[in-house]
Amino acid sequence: MITVSNLTKRYGSVHALGPVDLEIPRGGVTALIGPNGAGKSTMLTIIGRLLSGDSGRVEVGDLDVVTADSRELAKKLAILRQENHFVARLTVRQLVGLGRFPHSRGRMRPDDVEAVDLALEFLDLTPLQDRFLDELSGGQRQRAYVAMVLAQQTDYVLLDEPLNNLDMRHAVTMMRQLRRAADELGRTVVVVVHDVNFAAAYADLVVAMVDGRIAHVGPAREVITPYVLTEVFGTPVDVIEHRDRPVAVYYH
Amino acid sequence: MVTTSPAAATSSTSWWRRSGGLSTLAVITASLVVLSLFVGVYDLGAEGGGEMFQITRVPRTIALVLAGSAMAVSGQVLQQLTQNRFVEPTTTGTSEWAALGLLISVILLPSAGLTERMIIASVSAFVGTMVFMAILRRVQLRTTLIVPIVGIMLGAVVSALTTLIAISTNYLQMLGTWFMGSFTSVVRGQYEVLWVVAAVCVAIFLLADRLTVAGLGKDVSTNVGLNYERVLLVGTLMVSVATGVTTVVVGFLPFIGLIVPNVVSLLRGDDLRSNLPWVCLGGVAIVTASDLIGRTIRMPFEVPASVILGVLGAAGFIALVLRLRRHG
Repeated sequence: MITVSNLTKRYGSVHALGPVDLEIPRGGVTALIGPNGAGKSTMLTIIGRLLSGDSGRVEVGDLDVVTADSRELAKKLAILRQENHFVARLTVRQLVGLGRFPHSRGRMRPDDVEAVDLALEFLDLTPLQDRFLDELSGGQRQRAYVAMVLAQQTDYVLLDEPLNNLDMRHAVTMMRQLRRAADELGRTVVVVVHDVNFAAAYADLVVAMVDGRIAHVGPAREVITPYVLTEVFGTPVDVIEHRDRPVAVYYH
Repeated sequence: MVTTSPAAATSSTSWWRRSGGLSTLAVITASLVVLSLFVGVYDLGAEGGGEMFQITRVPRTIALVLAGSAMAVSGQVLQQLTQNRFVEPTTTGTSEWAALGLLISVILLPSAGLTERMIIASVSAFVGTMVFMAILRRVQLRTTLIVPIVGIMLGAVVSALTTLIAISTNYLQMLGTWFMGSFTSVVRGQYEVLWVVAAVCVAIFLLADRLTVAGLGKDVSTNVGLNYERVLLVGTLMVSVATGVTTVVVGFLPFIGLIVPNVVSLLRGDDLRSNLPWVCLGGVAIVTASDLIGRTIRMPFEVPASVILGVLGAAGFIALVLRLRRHG
């Protein structure tokens, strides 16, 4: 379980987050939604200890992310940020291998190699494994980054807008793979998504944020409603049914 | 699902990843090193030839090997740490700070030996490189070319200060010869401290995986439980020692740290551990070749290796800028 209590964050004079209290249960896919500047990425980044909050606590499993040993935490929790511009020219396999660093400290043992093979296989990257990242398309590169955090074999996987820059087909494939990571590999996946319909279609739990606060938390069916979405996004949103899933319509 | 044919997965550079490339490079480098032992004005067959061989040729060749690998590896490490392809000790101000340290040590401790000088130069190089890193952190616009420009500007300012101090203490003439980047004066008893850089190279090899991770930035490093700040500090320290020692013994060797790691990266990517032998051999080959050209082009006079390197390196640098611009 991820427990966030009384968390706040300011960027200079700008109030970015909080105070926020949230519990994300173990297992399944949790989606963070909300308008730009709602604090979704800020909260995710603090949970992933890439940023420190001004006050409050974050616990992942039974570890406090601020005080826990970084290496131990790296075996429990993996985070991928939205922007990844790597100057280093690595092959897909080398990049994914770096995800094993918390376990291997650079010396790859057979179980590390196996974990890398598994992650590559899981994201259909096996045929691309010896290609350099700069030889890949944006979608393939995004998959390679996700494979790196999956190879880390952590209980918790946090992803900040993993669908960014992906076209329809690749976005759908990515969400399916994350869903499978939760269902088949038992990972707890937390994603920030821009498109509420991906949250509606794939998430077990949806967290809606506005102005640095949590507006609504609940199963997709409870949060993806005209009332909640209209209030959260500040624009008229209608919700229709499609194959037993709610779909938000907001183009008019 | 994206399907990719197996043929497309084979990169055009795969030939270089096979070990054949490394042995070829090793043979070329070894030949240059052996050649360096036997090229020179003094006739080794003449009386005292054997002793001359011991006094100058062997030390000079060892110095070429050590300085060449030190500067090439330093460039590679700095490029990882700053995540920028255009940095190396002479474009980050590291060499200039080492020079300032050396001058100060000569003025303040005139009786100090090579070891003390080397320590002071390395400390100065470390301080300077940390200043560079600190400025980089405050620069908002970290485009590819801003980073080396900041370094070159910083180096120029430090260089100006060094010159000013040299003028007011009558050391200006010596300054030119010290930092010329020439292996002419490397003789027995004057180069042995360079072995320190061999130790630095080994240490970098041991830290290679950490440096590769650090090359992906602070967030990725933190995510995999690596203490980024510490790696940055240790990496900078290694580079400073290698640069400080090389500057004290031979002076500035421009562009090796730039050209060699970039060519190796183009051919093989950036996995530091498997690249290090390539980077070392490449550095040795280029420095040795430059010194051999310098020794023979105007025989019996010598042109400093750094002049040859400057010519080769400037052309290489421009080619690199153009290439990277084309590839975005």
